[in-house]
Amino acid sequence: MEQLLQHGANALILGGTYALLGIGLTLIFGIMRVVNFTHGELYSFGAYMMYAAVMLAGADFFLALVLAVLLGIALGAAIELLLLSRLRGADIDTTMLVMIGAWIALQNAEQLAWTGVAKSIDTPFPATPLVLGPVSISWNRLFVFVVALALIVAAYAVINRTRLGRAMRATFQDRETAALMGVEIGFVHTATFALGSGLAAAAGALLGPVFVVYPTMGDLASLKAFAIVILGGLGSIPGATIGGFILAFMEELGAGYVSSGFRDGMGFLLIILILIVRPTGLFAQKERIG
Amino acid sequence: MTRGITIAWLAFLLSVPLWMTDLYVLHVLIVAGIFIIAAMSLNLLLGYTGQLSLGHVAFFGIGAYVSSLVALGFEVHVLPDWAVRLEPKPVWLGMILGTAFAAGCGWVIGRISFKVRGAYFVIVTVSFAEVVRLVALNWVELTQGPMALNNIPALTLGIPGLFEFTFLRKPANYYLVLVVTVVCYVLIRRLVHSRAGRAMIALRENEPLATSVGVDVTRYLVLATVVSAAMAGAAGALYAHYVRIVDPDVFLFIYTVTMVIMVIAGGKGTLAGPIVGGLIFGLLPEVLRGFEIKPEVQWVVYGVLMILVVYFLPQGIVPAVRGWWERRGRAPQAVQEAAP
Amino acid sequence: MSVQGAAALSVEGLTIRFGGLTAVDNVSFEVREGEVLSLIGPNGAGKTTAFNAITGYVEAASGEIRYRGVRLTGLAPHAIAALGVVRTFQKTSVFAGQTVHANVAIGLHLRSRQTPLAILLGLPSVAREERQLEREAEEVLRLVGLEARSGDLAASLPYGELRLLEVAVALAARPKLLLLDEPVSGMNPAETGSFMRLLARIRAQGITVLLVEHDMKMVMGVSDRIICLNQGRIIATGTPAEIQGNPEVVRAYLGERYLHKGA
Repeated sequence: MEQLLQHGANALILGGTYALLGIGLTLIFGIMRVVNFTHGELYSFGAYMMYAAVMLAGADFFLALVLAVLLGIALGAAIELLLLSRLRGADIDTTMLVMIGAWIALQNAEQLAWTGVAKSIDTPFPATPLVLGPVSISWNRLFVFVVALALIVAAYAVINRTRLGRAMRATFQDRETAALMGVEIGFVHTATFALGSGLAAAAGALLGPVFVVYPTMGDLASLKAFAIVILGGLGSIPGATIGGFILAFMEELGAGYVSSGFRDGMGFLLIILILIVRPTGLFAQKERIG
Repeated sequence: MTRGITIAWLAFLLSVPLWMTDLYVLHVLIVAGIFIIAAMSLNLLLGYTGQLSLGHVAFFGIGAYVSSLVALGFEVHVLPDWAVRLEPKPVWLGMILGTAFAAGCGWVIGRISFKVRGAYFVIVTVSFAEVVRLVALNWVELTQGPMALNNIPALTLGIPGLFEFTFLRKPANYYLVLVVTVVCYVLIRRLVHSRAGRAMIALRENEPLATSVGVDVTRYLVLATVVSAAMAGAAGALYAHYVRIVDPDVFLFIYTVTMVIMVIAGGKGTLAGPIVGGLIFGLLPEVLRGFEIKPEVQWVVYGVLMILVVYFLPQGIVPAVRGWWERRGRAPQAVQEAAP
Repeated sequence: MSVQGAAALSVEGLTIRFGGLTAVDNVSFEVREGEVLSLIGPNGAGKTTAFNAITGYVEAASGEIRYRGVRLTGLAPHAIAALGVVRTFQKTSVFAGQTVHANVAIGLHLRSRQTPLAILLGLPSVAREERQLEREAEEVLRLVGLEARSGDLAASLPYGELRLLEVAVALAARPKLLLLDEPVSGMNPAETGSFMRLLARIRAQGITVLLVEHDMKMVMGVSDRIICLNQGRIIATGTPAEIQGNPEVVRAYLGERYLHKGA
């Protein structure tokens, strides 16, 4: 029982960051219909920026976090403007291929810049964990959980309470009508990609200090983000949030009770099974096929 | 390509081991050839049928592993007190089984692809490949995990008692790969120029219209995936018995990406495209190695190249060259060939 | 089975809903062998939706559709096509990147019996059949008048010829019942007249036609019977003369002018 509670606590914390990854991608995938293979690279970019700021520049931990997210937003905007803006009408295969190219280039550039050696980031938190009954949580992870929740709430607020959010939702529902009503589709695209990338960078910046930072850390993150998007349904923030937590729970339970080697595999098995049963994801509206 | 050029080209390819003394170059050509087979198979699925399948390396690796395991023999404990054993079998049987097993997985993916479309299908295929990789990595009892399957025997063909030939040396493997490549090319060509090929193209171009004239979507998606997976599996089996070591890295996503680049840059939906793409991207790493360029830089170049191809040569190299050739006033190539 | 005048297609109690909207409301009608039946009505009356249900692209909430006694409801589009019921689409729908000839070749899909195995083995029967299909493709193109455009890319065709190509692709599938969805929309009078002659040639081959059209001159000119839909319900059925004389139909859909023109 205690083990279960510990797993549960771990899953909650992991789930928060997974939700960030998932929300970022579901926005991009949902609104722009782009299979964004660079999402994982933004995740590792966030982690590396954190490393650079804290370990190389000696900046304050919390300031570095803010900086990493802002840089992630900037990189996202740059990618969209440079690579995707000219392909706005193109089909999904075309943009997907461009994203694959960008992903390869980014990851290997990262490898060149930072070498493959894993890096760790110092944190200002006490080393002894917080103990709540049978469960022990490190302060670092607790911080991650709190910030992740805050960002999820913030993302939800942006989508549902701001003008930009309204424009994004309109574009998601009916792009042509939105354009006719005066929505600047181009700006919505850039903003969406930037925002989504920022969330991915935030996830990376939060988890970087918890684990270690290495160039290919984004790959699994990307795939898991896709799993979460499918679980939660395209374009749904609540869906992505719930999906993130579900995936984290499945991983924790899978690692704890089945085999730690298959931890990462749980997510993929889950996707495949769900898609076979419900081809449009768990929470999506029924799309018409054919 | 006119018949004369094809024959000349084939004759040239057949002659290579006779005058190419540098065995390393032969090795590069063999590996490129194996990749070309895989690329041609992916082209059938991605190019002709328009299915965004990004898990293709799974079929390749499954073919490699199944063939190797059959040739090496194995013993696994499915339950604590129940072991499944297989004695080592001849390599040719392993290759057939590897191809068949890969085809079976292709059948499953094909059936799934009907229900799960577009971008979701991409994710299913990528996930499938990842799951297979994790299985290969973690089911150590069967696959030796990261320690790899070693000492895989080479292919031996012959009539017992009369003669026997083992494909150990590079020239022999070169011819083997060349023969398989040509066979696969012919098979794909036949398929593409038939009602099955037309059905696949129709599905890619305009599915509602295709179904309105009687094209059974599931049937042709499954056919495309099965043939495609079988060929990729065969390529994997060839690979396994040539390099004779197989480890879970064979399932890495980066190899799917390599195949995708070959198909897209070469020209998806054309017969020559994956061959041209396969030659370029199969030989390019070697050329770059000559310049002492780090592999990471090579991949950055690949990534940038992919983006450039999509922007400037969206149909790929082969259609672009063909178009340029025709615009120069030469007689247009037979329009009846399955158009890009 | 195909006695002239017998019911070919029978639609009973067809109801189709999208979310809260009832697009087709308890519609029943039949199409008789050998006739040309037109569905008319304003946009949104449910005509294309009915087409979609008959040919399997949309699920009906309730109702039965049968063709020569065989139940169509619940079948997939390709199975319905195999029974001889083929449709065209309202929005121009061809295989744009393929040649005119290739388009029709795809339409001939059901005419061929090549199995994948035979294809892969390169059996001579495959090559024989391919030659036969070549001839049939040329025949179809000649019927619609596009034989000169055989090698051209579909995307390069002017609008009028594109719509002819659509019909050619549908005809290649050897329909016994052909459903045409606004085939002459956007055509000029000369093209429309030409199409009416094509329709006569199609009729002469014994093909039953169910037509959706807005062009009243054509509808009145080619139809044996007309059914008028409004808001998902049938409001009138009859010969062209009867429909023209029906005041409700006339006022709402044909315009005041037709009231005075007469048959």
